[in-house]
Amino acid sequence: MSDEALIVENLNVTFPGRTSVTHAVRDASFTLGRERLGIVGESGSGKSTTGRALLGLVPRPGLVTAKRMEYEGRDLRANTERDWQNLRGRRMSMVMQDPKFSLNPVKTVGDQIGETARLHLRTNAADAKRRTLAMLEAVRIREPELVHRLYPHQLSGGMGQRVMIAMMLIAEPDLLIADEPTSALDVTVQNEVLRILDDLVRERGMRLIFISHNLTVVASFCDRVLIMYGGRIVEECAARDLQNAKHPYTRALVAATPSLDTPRAELATVTRDPTWLQ
Amino acid sequence: MTDTLGQWLMSEAPMSRRQAIFGRIYRNARAVVRNPTALVGLVIVVALILVAVFAPWLSLGQSPLTQDLASRLGPPSAAHWFGTDELGRDIMARTFYGAQATLTIVFLVAVVVVPIGLVVGMVAGYLGGWVDAVLMRITDIFLAFPRLVLALAFAAALGPGIDNAVIAISLTSWPAYARIARSETLAIARSDFIQAAVLQGASTPRILFRHILPLCLSSVIVRLTLDMAGIILTAAGLGFLGLGAQPPTPEWGAMVSSGRDVILDQWWVATIPGIAIFVVSLGFNLLGDGLRDIFDPKSA
Amino acid sequence: MAAMIAVRELSVTFHSGGRDVRAVNDVSFAVAPGETFGIVGESGSGKSTVLRAIAGLVPFTASTLEVNGQPAGRRRTRADRRMLQFVFQDPYASLHPRQTVDDILREPLAIHHVADIDAKVVKAIADVGLAPGHRFRYPHQLSGGQRQRVAIARALILNPPILLLDEPTSALDVSVQAEILNLIAKLRQSYSLTSILVSHDLAVVAHLCSRIAVMQLGRLVETLTAEELRAGRATADYTRKLIAASRGFTRATA
Repeated sequence: MSDEALIVENLNVTFPGRTSVTHAVRDASFTLGRERLGIVGESGSGKSTTGRALLGLVPRPGLVTAKRMEYEGRDLRANTERDWQNLRGRRMSMVMQDPKFSLNPVKTVGDQIGETARLHLRTNAADAKRRTLAMLEAVRIREPELVHRLYPHQLSGGMGQRVMIAMMLIAEPDLLIADEPTSALDVTVQNEVLRILDDLVRERGMRLIFISHNLTVVASFCDRVLIMYGGRIVEECAARDLQNAKHPYTRALVAATPSLDTPRAELATVTRDPTWLQ
Repeated sequence: MTDTLGQWLMSEAPMSRRQAIFGRIYRNARAVVRNPTALVGLVIVVALILVAVFAPWLSLGQSPLTQDLASRLGPPSAAHWFGTDELGRDIMARTFYGAQATLTIVFLVAVVVVPIGLVVGMVAGYLGGWVDAVLMRITDIFLAFPRLVLALAFAAALGPGIDNAVIAISLTSWPAYARIARSETLAIARSDFIQAAVLQGASTPRILFRHILPLCLSSVIVRLTLDMAGIILTAAGLGFLGLGAQPPTPEWGAMVSSGRDVILDQWWVATIPGIAIFVVSLGFNLLGDGLRDIFDPKSA
Repeated sequence: MAAMIAVRELSVTFHSGGRDVRAVNDVSFAVAPGETFGIVGESGSGKSTVLRAIAGLVPFTASTLEVNGQPAGRRRTRADRRMLQFVFQDPYASLHPRQTVDDILREPLAIHHVADIDAKVVKAIADVGLAPGHRFRYPHQLSGGQRQRVAIARALILNPPILLLDEPTSALDVSVQAEILNLIAKLRQSYSLTSILVSHDLAVVAHLCSRIAVMQLGRLVETLTAEELRAGRATADYTRKLIAASRGFTRATA
C-alpha cells in the first residue's frame, strides 16, 4: 500500500500490580499507511491501550516495550516526554470518547482551539482565530462565530465531538488516532461525525486509526481492520472481508452482532477458547 | 490450617451466607490493621476500654477514694507511681478509674446521637420536600447552640452530674450526624437499586432501614470516631468547670481543675490526667482518620 | 383480545430550574398479551421516560393507562407491584452494593411474604444461567453480564406477567449482549411474558420485538412491525433516516 509511516512490531504493554502483572497488550504488530485502520475489540482487549502507547500516553506504572515502534523513520521507543510533546498535536493527534472529559470546562471553545493552534503552528492570535473559525466550519458547525464564544458545557454531544475533532486537527497532524469517537453519540449524529472524518481524511490525506467496540461502524468506515482479544491481535483483514474472517473469535463476534439485514432466531454466543490467549 | 482459613475468608466466590459475611468482616478488619494510623488509634481505644474495665486490678490494690492527708501532694514514688493529689489519693488509681467516667460519657453520647441523627437525616433525605425543610431547620437550630454554654445552662437548671453532661453534649452533637446521613441518602435515593426496591413494593421504612442505612453507616462511624476526641475534651471541660462527674468520683477534667492551684510545684497532679485526656483524644482522632482513609479515600 | 398494556395520550412533564420540559408528549400505543413491544429512539426521545411512567416511577398524565385491564395511577399498591417488573440499564447501579445475590433475590419474596424462599432463589439463579456458586457473591465480585442476569432474576422471581426492559444490554460488550438477548428470548417463553423493550439500537429491537414504536423528542413518530423495519418500509422520514444510519457508514452522499 502507500507509504507505511507507522511500523509497530511486538508491542507489549504491562501494568505491574500488587501480586501479578497485567498484560494489557501482547506482541501486537501492524503497520499503517495512508489509510483508515480500524481496531475492534471488547472491553479489556487492549485496543485503547494500544492507541495510547502510540502517543506515549500510557499512564505510569505501565511499561511499553516493542521490538520496533517507528513513525516516519523515527524510533518512538526512545522518546522523552519532550520528544512526545513535539510530536503530539503537530504530527500525531488523538480524539477521545467523551468530549466532556477532554475539553477544559473553564475555557471557551475558541480559546482552547486557538491555544492549540498557537502552540503547534507558532502563529499569532489573529491568525489562530482565523484558522479556528475555518476549522469549525470544516467540521460543519453552522455558526462558527457563535460557537467560538461558547463553553464546553453549552455544547450538545454531537457538537462537542466536532469541537474536539476541530481541536485535534487544527495543527494538521499527519496521523489521527480516534478512540471511540462516536460511541457516546446518537446514531444519526454519529454518521454526520463520520462523514466529517471521511472528508478530512480524503482531503488532507490523513492517516487514521479508528478504535471502537462497534463492529458495524468500523466495518463500514475503515479500509482495514484489526481484531483484538485479550491483548493480542487475532485477525487482520480488509473491512469488506469481515464476513469471511478466519479466526473463530472474529467469526463469533460477527455472528453475535444483531443486524437489521440478517434476522436470526438466536444470536451466536462467543465460546471463549483459552487457546486464543496464547 | 490458618492458611485454608485465610483462603476461605478471602475467597472471591463465597459458597454460603456465613462465608460471605465473615469474608467481608475479615476484609474490613485486614484493611484496618494494614493502615498504621488506624491501627495505632485502635490500640489506644482498646487500651482505654481495657483500662476502664480492669481499673481495680491495674491500680494494684490502691483505691481512688481513700484519702491520706499525711501523704498529700506526694511526688511519684514506689508506693504511688503517679504521686498523690491534694487529698492524698493515689493519682494512678484515680486516672485508671477516671477512664470509666470518660468511657461512660463517650458510650452514652454515641448511643443517643447516632440513632437520632440517622433517622432524622435519612427521613429528610429520602422524603424531601417540606419534611426535609422542617427537619433541616430543626437541625440548624440545634447546631446553633454552643456546647459548653448549653451545658452550663443545664447544670444551672437541673444540677451538675454526668447524665446532664451527656444530655447537653448529645443535644449539640446529633445535628452533624443528621447532615451526614441526609447527604448520603440524597446521593443514593434516586439510584436504580433503590428504585428497584420501590418497584418491588418495599415500604418506606423498609427501604430506609434495610437498603439505605447500611450505606450511611461508614460515614457516620468515621464522623463519630473523629467526634469522640472533641466529646472527650468537652466532657473534660465540663468536669473542669465542675459540671461533670461530681466528687469524689474520679474524672480527668475535674482532676486537672483541682490540680491547677499546685501546677507549678506539684506538676503531676494536673499533668497526669491531662496526658490521659490527650492520649485518648489522639487515639480517637487517629482511628477516625484511618477509618476515613479506608472507607472514603476520596475525602481524605 | 384485550390489550395487556394500554396507553393513550401519555404525557410526562419535568420541572427543572423554573422551566417545564415535556419529556413525553401524547404518546399512545397498546401491547397485546405475550407480545414483545419495542420502543426505539435517540437521546431525548423520551423512550425511557415512557417506561418509567408505566412502571409508576415518575408522575404522568394520560387519558388511559391500563395494565391488565386495570387502570394504573401514580400510586401503586403492593399487589400492583406483582404485575410488572423492571430491568434497568446500568448493571453497575441496579444492584445494592452491600447485598449478596442471595439477599437481592430474597428481598422481593420477603416483601410479599412468599413461601419457600430458598427453593425459589435457587430456581431463579438457575433460570438465568448463573452457577449455584454465584449465590453468595457481592455485586463487585460479578461481571457486567452476570449482574444483568441477577437483575433479570430479581425481576422475574415474583412471576410478573409484564416485564419492562430499559436498554438492558447497552452497557454490555457485544458478546455478552448476545448472551443476555438470547436469555431474554428464552425467558419470555418460559415465563409467558408480555414485555416492552426500550433501546437506541435498532438492530437489537428488531431482533427481539414483533412491533416497534419509533420516538423522537417526546413524540411517537410511527409504529411498524419488525419485518417492515428490516425492509425499510417506513412511512416517516425520521424512521428512514434512523434505519439508514443503523446500517453503518455509507460513503454515498447523505
